This record gives sequence, structure tokens and C-alpha cells, in this order.
Amino acid sequence: MYSYSDFDEAFIRSRVAQFTQQVERRLDGSLTEDEFRPLRLMNGLYLQLHAYMLRVAIPYGTLNPGQMRQLAHIADAYDKGYGHFTTRQNIQFNWPKLPDVPAILTALADVEMHAIQTSGNTVRNVTADHFAGAAADEVEDPRPYAELLRQWSTDHPEFQFLPRKFKIAITGAEHDRAVIAAHDIGLRIVRNDKGEIGFQVLVGGGLGRTPMIGMVVREFLPVEDLLPYVEAVLSVYNTLGRRDNKYKARIKITLHETGKAEITRQVEERFAELRPLFGGNDQKLLEDIREAFAPPAYRNAPIDAYTAFHKADPVFRAWADTNLTAHKNDQYAIVTISVKEHGKTPGDATSAQMRVIADLAEKYGHGDIRISHEQNVILPHVHKSDLPAIHAALAQVGLGTANVGLISDIIACPGMDYCALATARSIPIAEEIAVRFKELDLEHEVGPLKIKISGCINACGHHHVGHIGILGLDRAGVENYQITLGGDGTEQAAIGEKMGPGFAYDQVVPAIERLVRAYLEIRSEPAETFLQTVRRAGLGPFKTALYETEGAQDAA
Amino acid sequence: MSRSFTPKVVTANRLREGDVVYLAADDRWTQFHHEAELIDDEAHAQLRLLFAAAQKLYVVGAYLADAKAGPNGPEPTHFREEFRTRGPSNYFHGKQADHAS
Repeated sequence: MYSYSDFDEAFIRSRVAQFTQQVERRLDGSLTEDEFRPLRLMNGLYLQLHAYMLRVAIPYGTLNPGQMRQLAHIADAYDKGYGHFTTRQNIQFNWPKLPDVPAILTALADVEMHAIQTSGNTVRNVTADHFAGAAADEVEDPRPYAELLRQWSTDHPEFQFLPRKFKIAITGAEHDRAVIAAHDIGLRIVRNDKGEIGFQVLVGGGLGRTPMIGMVVREFLPVEDLLPYVEAVLSVYNTLGRRDNKYKARIKITLHETGKAEITRQVEERFAELRPLFGGNDQKLLEDIREAFAPPAYRNAPIDAYTAFHKADPVFRAWADTNLTAHKNDQYAIVTISVKEHGKTPGDATSAQMRVIADLAEKYGHGDIRISHEQNVILPHVHKSDLPAIHAALAQVGLGTANVGLISDIIACPGMDYCALATARSIPIAEEIAVRFKELDLEHEVGPLKIKISGCINACGHHHVGHIGILGLDRAGVENYQITLGGDGTEQAAIGEKMGPGFAYDQVVPAIERLVRAYLEIRSEPAETFLQTVRRAGLGPFKTALYETEGAQDAA
Repeated sequence: MSRSFTPKVVTANRLREGDVVYLAADDRWTQFHHEAELIDDEAHAQLRLLFAAAQKLYVVGAYLADAKAGPNGPEPTHFREEFRTRGPSNYFHGKQADHAS
């Protein structure tokens, strides 16, 4: 993976020194909160409901074992012994104290990490397919491009004060695991008729209060045009984007207000100006970066032990069948470690769990760890013969849950348990759904089903693209939950449709159970997934199941 | 005034620790909601908020939150404020743990 250059190192250290002084000036009163707030946000520090929260960037969700151990150390030394993996492949610490933040940032810098541009109206952490470099269905590894974009966007002087935040996601595979259609810019690596590599470019996707699927603005963008083109998009957005209204400031609104034809014309015009200014150094840099992402030295060894274990041990088999994904090397597998133990907070890992993951990655995983936007941890390169040992080690620390892609593998934002913007809780709803379906022992029977929960309209929990989406709202001083159906975050991206009146907090789990039972009743065959059934049968039968049950409806 | 005033408390987060505090009648910042000054006059509420906003070295983001009188002192009326008196519901962290003994 990529290692910091001298430039990166010097830049990060100077930012830590700068912010250290800013914290000192805030604490001695030289800076007011109004002056300090934008400075702390530029360094990922929020003030939440009960405490500060520090959001640490995990570029394109990639970590090495040393970095994971350092996160564990920070959790123990400065927080409450855990961290929360987010839906943008980052990690958040929920309890830092302001005077400790400079020391935390120094500890991060020691392992080539930082919290820069994890907040504010800038280009945020560039996210990528969490199976990058390993997936069998990949055209090319997207991480070198993600790293190039990270270097280009970090502290880019023109884009530090955009109209609003800006999110870029990239995938190198046909199957979109990075939700690129719900990003300000989504990039998909494709091959053209001549066999050349380039990008399909989507612009204007986003969730939040106005959910939209991105529009394709270029079917094929050559690799060498990537930076000038992205810069042209941002440059046009920076000029046209609305700074008068926070709710209309994202590029998706600019695109709709200005029109795709006109935006595209302006982007192409700007691109024509910018393209000659990129003299090829970016491509030299890209070549260097590519070397850092060379595939690991795969081991060539028999996989008999795996096959035998898979046959003999039903617990291992259940885990392997659910949590493994095909690797491009057929002796290998991609392991998704579920951070979704039933009844626990989605995406929360203790320091002890982080250390076990780091050890396993080092011993069996070529030192590569990924964080998924679905709040799980990935070991992308594991030889199949090592899987039984990995499963045994994970199971001992509560990381062996066999539920990836199932109903209890829920995305949930922190909600009103932590977030100052939230209008309702989301974590306990996720916990209770997972526990209920474990009690019913139904989740393997139900099969693939993505539930995504947001505790407010900003949609950090991606509820719009959940097969079942749950949105927590404040209705006249009471928590109330709206349900959407049929959302999809893949290459067939779709925004879920609202079902009807919302449900009171204690009515959400029974409502979800009714939906799932309706699915089991009407699916054409066990192989028809929940989403396929919704698409075939429409919302009608699900609405009936949700609302035509006596006493089920809360008339909020 | 034509409309009635909903009683308020002044609340904020501490600058250094970030935890929730309330302004008491004797100008102390307390960690307990029930020790807060329950303000039932709008003009007085604005004065107390100004006083709080001036404590720049101690608190951040002071605001007025709806409250009501209870047997042991003021109680929150909205669930958000109730959570702030306690901490998160997924772990025994925050105030519920700090004041458990």
C-alpha cells in the first residue's frame, strides 16, 4: 500500500503543529468559539451531544496492521476503548477531550494518518470498493486513482471553501460495492472497444434530504484526463453552486437547476482550458503510486484443509458461505469480518478486537485491512487454507458472526445516541432488529437483505438505498420512523419509496418483521431475494402487510 | 405578552471535556439537570443566556432548552434533552456512568 512521501510527512506534521497551536489559543481564550469552530472542523473535530468527536480519515478504507494497532492505542489512551467505523470508510472516536486532540493527531501522524478534510466544505475522503485489488470481477484496482485524487484534493487551494462538502467514490469492478451513484462524483473503471482503460463518470448523486442518482456525464474518460476533468467539474460547481442556501448547495442541486446540457458544456469548456496545464507529472506520479499497490506475493499451496473443514464443521461452513467473497486468485478468498454481532452497535470495534484484526492481517492477510462503507472490516487476501484458523480467532472475540449481507448486517448512523444533528436514535433500532431475527432464527432463510438506518434526514445511514430503509424523525417531540422499500446502492442504484405513515420507536421491529414475513410468503422461490420480490410484486403487498394489521399503525 | 412562555434552562457543553452542563441560579455550571435554574420569564432567560455566552473559557454553544418543574428540580421535556442528561443508550457511558456511584 501507499507510504507517505517526505512531502506528505512534512505536510501532516505541519498541520498537527498548526492545529496544536490553534487548540492552545482556544483554551487560553485568544480564539473565540466562532473563530475556532471552522479550524477544528478542518481537522475533523466535531462537538456532539455528549462530547467531542474526532473523525479520522481512512483513505479509500485501507489500513495496515500498524495503523489498526495505533487506532486501538488511541481508543485506549484517549477514548473509551473502542472506535466506530463509519459509512464513509472512516473511524470516529466519540469521547476525546479537547486538550488531548493534538496528542491524538500526533499519534495518527506517527502512522501516516490524519483527520484532515473529514469535515467542512471540501473534498472529503475518497472512498473505493472495499474489495479493491482482490475482487474477481475487477477491471482494475481503483486504489491508485483514489490515492492520486487524495493527493490532488488534499489542501487544494481552490477547493477549501466549496459551496458544500464534496464526495468522490470509485470502483474498478462491474458490480458496484462503493455506491458510486450516490456520490457527487462517481467513477467506474471501464475498458473501451480498443481495450483501453478509462472511467465512466457520474455526477450529481447524493442522499440527504434530496436523494438523487448521479447522471452519466462521460461514458469514457481516458486515464490521463482524470485530474483535469475532475478539477473542471469542481471548478464549475465552485462557481455555480449555491452558497445562499445550505440545503441547495450540493452539486446535485446545481446540476438540476442549471441542467445537464449546460453544466456539461461548461465542464467541457473548463476542461479544455485545464487539460493543457497538466503536463504529465500527474501521470508520472500515478506510475509511482501504482507500484505501491502491486498485488501481494500470493502463496501457492494446497487448499485441502479448507475443503475438509468446510465439509466437517457446520459453524465454519455457515460463516464461510456468508462472509467470504470470490478472490481473483482462486486459492484465495476475501474475508468480510462482521462488525455486526447481534445486539451490538453496528461498526463499533473494541481496541482488543482491533488488535486481533491487526494480528490476523499480519499473519494471514498480507498486511492488508479494509473498512467497508457497510461498517465491516475486510481481509482482502487470505489463502483458503488459513480460513479455519482465522475463523476460530475471530469467533473468540465476537467477530465471528456469520451474517454478512443478511438482515442483521445493518448500516446505522450514530443517531441521537451521539450526533448533534440527529432527530431520533438509530443504533438501538439496529440492535433490536438483529436480536429479534436471531431469536426467530430466520436470517439465513430470508437471505440477502440490506437494512439501512439514518437518525435524521441527512442520511448518513444511507437509508434511501436500503432494501428496507428506516429514517428516524422527531414528530412533535416523539421519535418516529419512516420506512422506505426498494432502495439499492449497487450498479442498479435506486432510491427507496416511502411506504406511508411512520412508526413509533417500539413499533419498528414488529413492522420490519411483518415486511419480512410478507416477503417469505410471496417470494416465487427461495432464490428470489427480497429486493427481487419487491421489484416483481411492487409495494402493494408490503403496504398491506405493514398497515392492514390491527393496532399496528401509529397515526403519527 | 400574548403567548405563554415555556420554562427554560440554560445548557451548553464544556469547552475542555465537551460534556453537558447546565447553568444554576448561583452562576455555577452543574452537570445535573435538576440543579439548573428553571427560568419562567423570557427577558430573564435572555439575560441568563447572555451571561452563559460570555463564559467563553468554560462552555461552548449555550442555548435555552425547554424544561418543566419536577419533584427534585427541573426536568427536560424533549427526548433529546433527556438523552443529554444521561448519555448514549448503547453503552453505559457519559453522565449515567460518571454519576453512577
